[in-house]
Amino acid sequence: MSSALAVAVKGLKKSYGDFEAVKGIDFEISQGEIFSLLGPNGAGKTTTVEILEGFRKKSSGELEVLGLNPERDRTKLKEHIGIVPQTGALDRYLTVMETVTMYAGYYRNPQSAEHVIELVGLQEKKNERALRLSGGQQRRLEVAIALVGNPDLLFLDEPTTGFDPAARRETWQVIKGLAELGKTILLTTHYMDEAEFLADHIAVIARGEIVAAGTPYNLGGRDKLLPRISLLYPNGVNPPAELKSVITPSGTTAFDVEDITSAIYIITEHARAHNVSLNTLQIVRPSLEDVYLSLIGNDEGQASGNEAPAPRGRRPGRR
Amino acid sequence: MKTINLMLRQAVYVNKAFWRNPASAFFTFAFPIMFLIIFNALLGNHFVRIGDKRAHYSTYYVSAMATFGLISACYTNIAISISYARDEGLLKRISGTPLPKISYIGARVLHALFVAALLVVITALFGRFFYQAELPSGITLLRFIVALVVGAVSFSALGFAITARVRDADASPAVVNASIFPLLFLSGIFIPLGNNAPSWIHWVARVFPVWHFALSMQAGFIGTSYDWTDVLIVAAWGIFGLLASVKYFRWEPAR
Repeated sequence: MSSALAVAVKGLKKSYGDFEAVKGIDFEISQGEIFSLLGPNGAGKTTTVEILEGFRKKSSGELEVLGLNPERDRTKLKEHIGIVPQTGALDRYLTVMETVTMYAGYYRNPQSAEHVIELVGLQEKKNERALRLSGGQQRRLEVAIALVGNPDLLFLDEPTTGFDPAARRETWQVIKGLAELGKTILLTTHYMDEAEFLADHIAVIARGEIVAAGTPYNLGGRDKLLPRISLLYPNGVNPPAELKSVITPSGTTAFDVEDITSAIYIITEHARAHNVSLNTLQIVRPSLEDVYLSLIGNDEGQASGNEAPAPRGRRPGRR
Repeated sequence: MKTINLMLRQAVYVNKAFWRNPASAFFTFAFPIMFLIIFNALLGNHFVRIGDKRAHYSTYYVSAMATFGLISACYTNIAISISYARDEGLLKRISGTPLPKISYIGARVLHALFVAALLVVITALFGRFFYQAELPSGITLLRFIVALVVGAVSFSALGFAITARVRDADASPAVVNASIFPLLFLSGIFIPLGNNAPSWIHWVARVFPVWHFALSMQAGFIGTSYDWTDVLIVAAWGIFGLLASVKYFRWEPAR
């Protein structure tokens, strides 16, 4: 395995009793990239990540994380990775500064707590106790904890699940910023927009298998899918007969075309001739969501049987 | 050396968080004192026979509530707070960092010992000023301190061990209190075990560590004879707790 790879996984399998959670997957993560494992709940994302982090033992397969074996070299590996787990956990009664300083002490070559707090944008809250932070701020504090050991590789497990849109944006900006520092990031998520916004490479995982891999632009042949032109025609005007069209449920006419240039030409000529306004004209590239949903099929429904969509305790607990 | 430094450092943070949590600080400290006041109001002027000694109830309860306070601070507090920390994923997060697990556990025990010692001192001083209770001194004090440290570490180890029987944090107060309160009663902490108590109660008391620990504390406060066997039995339970923890302790929440 090449040393330019942060993570290399080959034929990874994990079974719990008769249940095969991960059915032989392969992927590679280059140093400095954001790699996203995208998939529905119960697809095997967290299991895979926890094997890479050393929390769980694989059933079979080969893996290398930063050139180390997560099972054999776990103690050494811990110095070089940062983990933001799926369920957040913070000491409620410690302040931001105290929390980050405490974790810094666990590592041999930590970054300064002050610096890390600034990186995640919590300098104004640094003397605030964790229980007084908003959900987004708590998540950023967790990112700070994961960063303070100066890791080469960061694991972010569903970092924004349960967030409001503003908190998601905040967290995304922080993650983008980390990538600019040259950190390698493994991000698991079930949000397409998150993977699309953040990731350099995406692997879609469903039922324990990788069903597609690529960049946000070409995943699952997205770059080869036809764009769709849609337009609302007034009553009594038929769409140009030269183009194949369908009427959508909203009443607009949709054309799936291979050559946008000539299609637009035909549509505008026809519109001028029939005095049709082009104000409702839209050209839409297939979204990552369309591709994703077609890739995972109806897995969403099936998967919910394996793993209930657990309510996320964003508050660090109740007592 | 590094492990010990990390442990001491961690204990400082555990301590900080402890005092900022009003519920745990209040219940740990207020309960023994509150019980001491209530029992003394009810029985304070009477005498109780302990072995060959006749003691004022007030002295008896100073000793008993110091025992109760130490068990709350070590067994109950550790079991409940560790159950919560495990449920919330804090323990898992810690186990993903290079901090040696023994440093983390040691820090919790050290902090419990500190709180227990503080509680025993407060209870003793309270008893001294309000109820004229006698306090240990000289060689008795040294033996007393040995019993206290052995007791604190042993009950902490048992506190860690019981978390293996706690499914999730919501169940922890029930499991932990159900496991300790009957034993406190059966060991004469709240009501002294007289000679005419049923023999099964005496047997239960002899088997478990609470009664033996209470006897060592009584030796300090009341001046009854100090028996190293009591200390050894408490230590044996501590070792049992330690071994059970090594085998069954979980760092991750139940799935």
